[in-house]
Amino acid sequence: MRRFWAEKIVPCRDSLLAITTGLVFIGLWELLPALGVIDPFYVSSPARIVKAGQWLFAHGLWHDIWVSLGEFTLGMLLAIVLGVGVGFLVGWYRTLNVMFEPFITLLNATPRIALLPLIILWMGIGMQSKVAAVFLGAFFPIAITVMKGVHNVDETLLRCSHSFGATDHQVILTLVAPSSVPFLVAGLHIAVGRGLVGMVIGEMMAAQAGVGFMMSRSASLFQTDKVFVGLILLAGFGYFLTEVLKLFEKRIEGWRPL
Amino acid sequence: MRRTGERVPALCDLNFSVETGKFVCVVGTSGCGKTTLLNVIAGLQRPTDGEVLLDGVPIRGSGRDRAMVFQSAALLPWRTVLRNATYGLEIQHYSVRDASRMVRPWIDLVGLNGFEQSYPRELSGGMQQRVNLARALATHPKLLLMDEPFASLDGQMREYMQGEIERIWRQTRQTTLFVTHLIDEAVFLADEIIVMTARPGRTKSVMTVDLPRPRTVEVKKTPAFHVLEDQLRDLVAQEFREMMLFTGNGAPA
Repeated sequence: MRRFWAEKIVPCRDSLLAITTGLVFIGLWELLPALGVIDPFYVSSPARIVKAGQWLFAHGLWHDIWVSLGEFTLGMLLAIVLGVGVGFLVGWYRTLNVMFEPFITLLNATPRIALLPLIILWMGIGMQSKVAAVFLGAFFPIAITVMKGVHNVDETLLRCSHSFGATDHQVILTLVAPSSVPFLVAGLHIAVGRGLVGMVIGEMMAAQAGVGFMMSRSASLFQTDKVFVGLILLAGFGYFLTEVLKLFEKRIEGWRPL
Repeated sequence: MRRTGERVPALCDLNFSVETGKFVCVVGTSGCGKTTLLNVIAGLQRPTDGEVLLDGVPIRGSGRDRAMVFQSAALLPWRTVLRNATYGLEIQHYSVRDASRMVRPWIDLVGLNGFEQSYPRELSGGMQQRVNLARALATHPKLLLMDEPFASLDGQMREYMQGEIERIWRQTRQTTLFVTHLIDEAVFLADEIIVMTARPGRTKSVMTVDLPRPRTVEVKKTPAFHVLEDQLRDLVAQEFREMMLFTGNGAPA
């Protein structure tokens, strides 16, 4: 009975509580502006947001979404490919590590948003500058965590590998790569967030399309409802990516060294 | 090893040989360079002087003719028991398929039947060491090196695994060099015991153990076992006192 309670009732009750909290929040958000307690001009309301959403989807929001998705995907892919590559090289080769590690750490500590005006100057207000913004946000966390992953290969496992006469190539494939994967996933978590920030700020600063662009334009026209539509899209997208990564993390949980 | 910029050798004047098909134990106090010795023989560390001959040929670096069983199980946590056992063979360029076929009898021999698909974290320390052993045995080394493989096991499990090693050795006659600091472990397992001096490690003496095999826990209760154990204990205790005097770690007993 106790077991039944712990396994069936408690999780059920927990998710019910979470859903109720969300519903109450949405309810209050709808109710308070309707009662005139708060001004919907500033905070909008769920019904208004749905209506604005419908209007936006009928009037070119898909285009903004595609532009943003394209920028994000391209920037992320570049960051993953180059981040894993650079992270591995700098982690594995001592000379490269000595040469570039301080450089990477320094750049990672710099607020890269400050580079955006320069990037826009160099690349214009098209997609390229936003791809670069996403890349700059996502590259460093990936490169740094992969580098740490390579450094963290278990010393005894290395000895074991070498005792069987493993070549560098074999050590990399059988030890370094698998034991860096959990680190890479941790880096991706950070990279997704930073990449999204880069994309949105880039679009808000200078762009011709994109969800961030739509949001800043709407805000300057005092169309709060539309700004919230963009906000919800971004939040949903970020949440989705985080959940995907969590699923992946669960699969490789046992990979961590003993 | 460096002390105030001066190199202190871990080993010197260390001479012994291991005969094919023998189980040889190396016993010494902690810090006498036992691990350095194994590293040199395994080819993981280059000696500053001297050489190690295997079948009359000096060894250069690590090679497939030697395999090491590590003190910590050193298993790859992302691989199953089976794939951990095949790891040595895979490094030696066997395909996963061939390697899986080749480790089968070794998995049976070390008693891992039914655990092939488990992950190391699901196994006890003793079971992990069995995988460690199967991985090394499967590569058919000319010389098997074991570096205090039971150091992290509790007393009962250690005693049990000693029996297992004795059984496995009897069935394989695998030439083995086994490093330990435990007196009874060495006497129980070995055909021959090499006693090392305190740092720098030298051969102090070589003892022959002629207790009959198969050996079981019962052997440990016989007078012959105790005579050998006492002899060895005296030899090691001498070295221990010497080490204490040298390092100033308190008065000698």
